[in-house]
Amino acid sequence: MAEEAIKLGGKKKSLFIDKVKGIIPDGGNLNLCLTCGACSSGCPATGLEGMDPRKFLRMCALGMDEEVIASKWIWMCTMCQRCIYVCPMKIDIPQLVFNARAQVPREERPKGILGSCDMALRNESGSAMGTSPEDFIFVVEDVLEEYQESQPEFAEMQAPIDKQGAEFFVNQNSREPVTEPDEMVPFWKILHLAGADWTYGSKGWGGENYCLFLADNEGWEHLVRQTAGQADALGCKTYLNTE
Amino acid sequence: MKKFKIDHKFETKNIYEYYAKWIREGKLKVNSDWNKELQVKFTVQDPCQIVRKAFGDPIAEDLRFVVKAIVGEENFIDMQPNRSNNYCCGGGGGFLQAGYKEQRLQYGKLKDDQIKATGADYCIAGCHNCHAQIHELSEHYGGDYPVVHLWTLICLSLGILGPNEREYLGDDLKAVNVFHPETEM
Repeated sequence: MAEEAIKLGGKKKSLFIDKVKGIIPDGGNLNLCLTCGACSSGCPATGLEGMDPRKFLRMCALGMDEEVIASKWIWMCTMCQRCIYVCPMKIDIPQLVFNARAQVPREERPKGILGSCDMALRNESGSAMGTSPEDFIFVVEDVLEEYQESQPEFAEMQAPIDKQGAEFFVNQNSREPVTEPDEMVPFWKILHLAGADWTYGSKGWGGENYCLFLADNEGWEHLVRQTAGQADALGCKTYLNTE
Repeated sequence: MKKFKIDHKFETKNIYEYYAKWIREGKLKVNSDWNKELQVKFTVQDPCQIVRKAFGDPIAEDLRFVVKAIVGEENFIDMQPNRSNNYCCGGGGGFLQAGYKEQRLQYGKLKDDQIKATGADYCIAGCHNCHAQIHELSEHYGGDYPVVHLWTLICLSLGILGPNEREYLGDDLKAVNVFHPETEM
């Protein structure tokens, strides 16, 4: 036995996990882990890069900030929140992952996500494919006209853009207008038959938000504000997510 | 919007809720007669973002109500686990664009196994990321089950799905209930 009690080293260094505790609701319960492993046993990302959610949390708790932030695993967790769903202590590991992503210098984050975020910030569409409002409007009008003619039962069908006072502000994943415009048509038919009063917005129509995935808070906020601003400017009662 | 304290006047809703509502109200007169003899089996992926992360089990019930109405109750097979307890397919969170394809496919192996275990011929994916990921899983792991959007099947069951709106239907359904077949391109 030691003659004196061992003193644990001086001032506690500032840890990434403490920072995250400070910014998320209830600190995300990040210090409540019972190490039961329910998170990891039901996580499809377990095993990738030698990591799993429990290990990730333990590494954060141990202050292994550099290792955690350098791990490619933070880009393989989809932040699906199943770990929270099954966790007896409801620990918010996905928020820890999101904030770990945000610790990586922006230009060093995965190129694909970065590119999609930058595309969305390029113009007022908010589309991860960079499609301009003009191109979107052109495609929608062109496809609509074609179907109004070729399927006369739908001659009255509309696909309005910026219709003031419409009940629904409808978003649109960029893939359809850009690569498979015919796929928009069945959806329009459904809205037509249901008698829905709807509109797309020329601004903020893009349904996806890769700046969120990039953990680019500023870009994420910009895209949400752009869409919300347009929906409110048009006086829409409901923002309708179509996927 | 809560995160950034963005004031707004509208509510945010998901389309599954409205598909279900419009069917219940009789605005969308769907039926599953087209599948009475064919007996094509379907399963559905609960999108994490819509079910577990946003609207919970009630919207998963709406989703099932819609699917059963359009393909027939006896032709729907649920995946296990499901609803809020479902497994992510690996298409979300930016993974599709992150560049780690090999790991993404490994992640999705569980989902592919779950889909195959249902024995269904088709997987319905209402979310775009899920659609893209599961479509790739189907090809990569050789299951070759088609992965379809919900709007495709709703219009198929309404008899208003044209020949050029069938990109994601399998060969077995390409010629079923075709609306304006003469417009095929």
